[in-house]
Amino acid sequence: MISIEQLTKVYGHGDKATVVLDRLDFRVDAGEIFAVVGPSGAGKSTLAQCVNLLERPTSGSVLVNGENLSQLGERQLRAARRRIGTIFQSDGLYSRRTAAQNVALPLEYLGVTTAEAKRRVAELLDRVGLSDRAGHYPHQLSGGQRQRVGIARALALRPQVLLSDEATSGLDPESTASIVSLLKELRDDLDLSILFITHEMDTVLQVADAVARLDHGHIVESGRIVDLLRDPASALGRALRPARPHATPQLGETHWFVSYTSGAVPADWVLRLASELDAPVSVLGASIETVAGQTVGHASIGVRAVDPALLIETARRLGLDARPVPEDPEAAALADRSAEESSRTSDGGRSTSADASAPAAAGDTAPAASISSTAPALERVV
Amino acid sequence: MSAALSVLATGIRTALPTNNNVPIAEIPALVFPALIDTLIMVGIVMVIVVLVGVPLGALVHNLARGGLFENPALHQSISWIVSIGRSLPFLILMASIVPFTRFITGTNIGIAAAVVPMVIAGIAFFTRIVENSLRGVSPTLVRVARASGASPLQIVRTAQLSEALPAIIGGLTINTIAMIEYSAIAGTIGAGGIGYVAVTYGYQRFDNTVMLATIIILVATVATVQLLGDRLVRLATPHARERQPRRAKSMPVPG
Repeated sequence: MISIEQLTKVYGHGDKATVVLDRLDFRVDAGEIFAVVGPSGAGKSTLAQCVNLLERPTSGSVLVNGENLSQLGERQLRAARRRIGTIFQSDGLYSRRTAAQNVALPLEYLGVTTAEAKRRVAELLDRVGLSDRAGHYPHQLSGGQRQRVGIARALALRPQVLLSDEATSGLDPESTASIVSLLKELRDDLDLSILFITHEMDTVLQVADAVARLDHGHIVESGRIVDLLRDPASALGRALRPARPHATPQLGETHWFVSYTSGAVPADWVLRLASELDAPVSVLGASIETVAGQTVGHASIGVRAVDPALLIETARRLGLDARPVPEDPEAAALADRSAEESSRTSDGGRSTSADASAPAAAGDTAPAASISSTAPALERVV
Repeated sequence: MSAALSVLATGIRTALPTNNNVPIAEIPALVFPALIDTLIMVGIVMVIVVLVGVPLGALVHNLARGGLFENPALHQSISWIVSIGRSLPFLILMASIVPFTRFITGTNIGIAAAVVPMVIAGIAFFTRIVENSLRGVSPTLVRVARASGASPLQIVRTAQLSEALPAIIGGLTINTIAMIEYSAIAGTIGAGGIGYVAVTYGYQRFDNTVMLATIIILVATVATVQLLGDRLVRLATPHARERQPRRAKSMPVPG
């Protein structure tokens, strides 16, 4: 288990001081993968360097199994670093050493006898599935294989905590997936606490049990992945969902965004929703999957003229959160404007700016979707 | 007295015939021992240069900002001393440290006397080469070593010097060739070696054949050193070693 308590890192002094990390607090239990995401410049790499004790925090502490490692002297610090395995980005291998020699590095530094190191290295390479590549140099390995060597090396001294610092960045999706499943496997077999620092949201979804978002040195949001995905109000949950394009609603349909808020959503919810509303429901786009064994999902649906309150209530009973979607922000703004204009024109005589499409919009009491469908035309005229 | 002078004058006259050139058959006997002298001189110099230059280069590199033993003040002072050593033309360096050379070796002529200024110039040169080679190593590797629990000396050895070895060998080749050149300059103070032969026979006695012979020997020596250096660099670089068999451009199969 590793816990971070009130971790603060400030660079510079006085007026020039920059707070890179501001009182961070989180804990990664044994057998858990905790991801920290954030844009570049958020403080991720500084956090990594504080966690693997390469940088001394300005204040606060890093505790491994309850033992404070951040206030040690240089010599003890060197020993303490061995308790945290670090997987670096893929350029972390020594180019003049073979895979086996790279894995042996921490053992060599520790002064383990050659015979014992050899045995341990063979064991580690076997663990990451690279026994047949022991004598290969880094340039002879693929990106994913290099990263496996990095993982084997991080595990050489049997740490209880693994820190992955952008370990999958720059890898192709297949290699990323294989590294992710290896990490999960290792977590289960060795009961590791894994801190996974990355900027890739989709990798977080694949690998992590819990996640925190770091922005400007603060943790702005954190929680278990499933909880975040099921919380329609969560910005981090929204960011974690894959945003893929979906079909556009038919004319006369309103566009709704539906997301799972519990695990008890019946698999045939589309049918049930349609029958309870007594209106056809078209699925425009959907993603239903299990994350950590829990079903999560979201969908874009089109519904023909229906009472919004009834739809929201029905969806809620099915364990879903439903909310109307403006077509796209720009069109929505235009729709708002055209709605305003139409109310003005319907109030009284046409204003001088009245244009051809305004009357069409004015008479239209149909839902947002059809209003917004006039938006492109409006745009062209305006 | 006058008799003695006249004998000397006759001697000089007989020693300066119209053709006083060394006969071609005798050139190898003149040039090859001189080549051996040069190689000994450069060899001794390079051993000392490597023994001092590698640690000094690593020290300078790691005293700099972001290094393992960051110490800007000390870095500045050592850097200045090295720069002074680098900025003096060798001939001037050699002449200016004669008292020091005499203090160390007890003489100011011959191989021993030439070695002292060559070592000083060589160390200054090689320190910069090592420093520059270390700068080319990815800083991630130092972080990897630190995170793996390496001591500072282990870091310098494994993450810095070992990774920079091909670059250092390449620099060593350049440095050795520069030292062969310096040994020729040192020949002017009677240091012996190829440079001495070139100056006394080729330059002062206008013996073009000897001059040509020394030039050929020097070119061959430098070419050999370069070839050897290139070979060693290739051997030290796993990436290049693979391409050794010329046409077989087989790429590794990522599986």
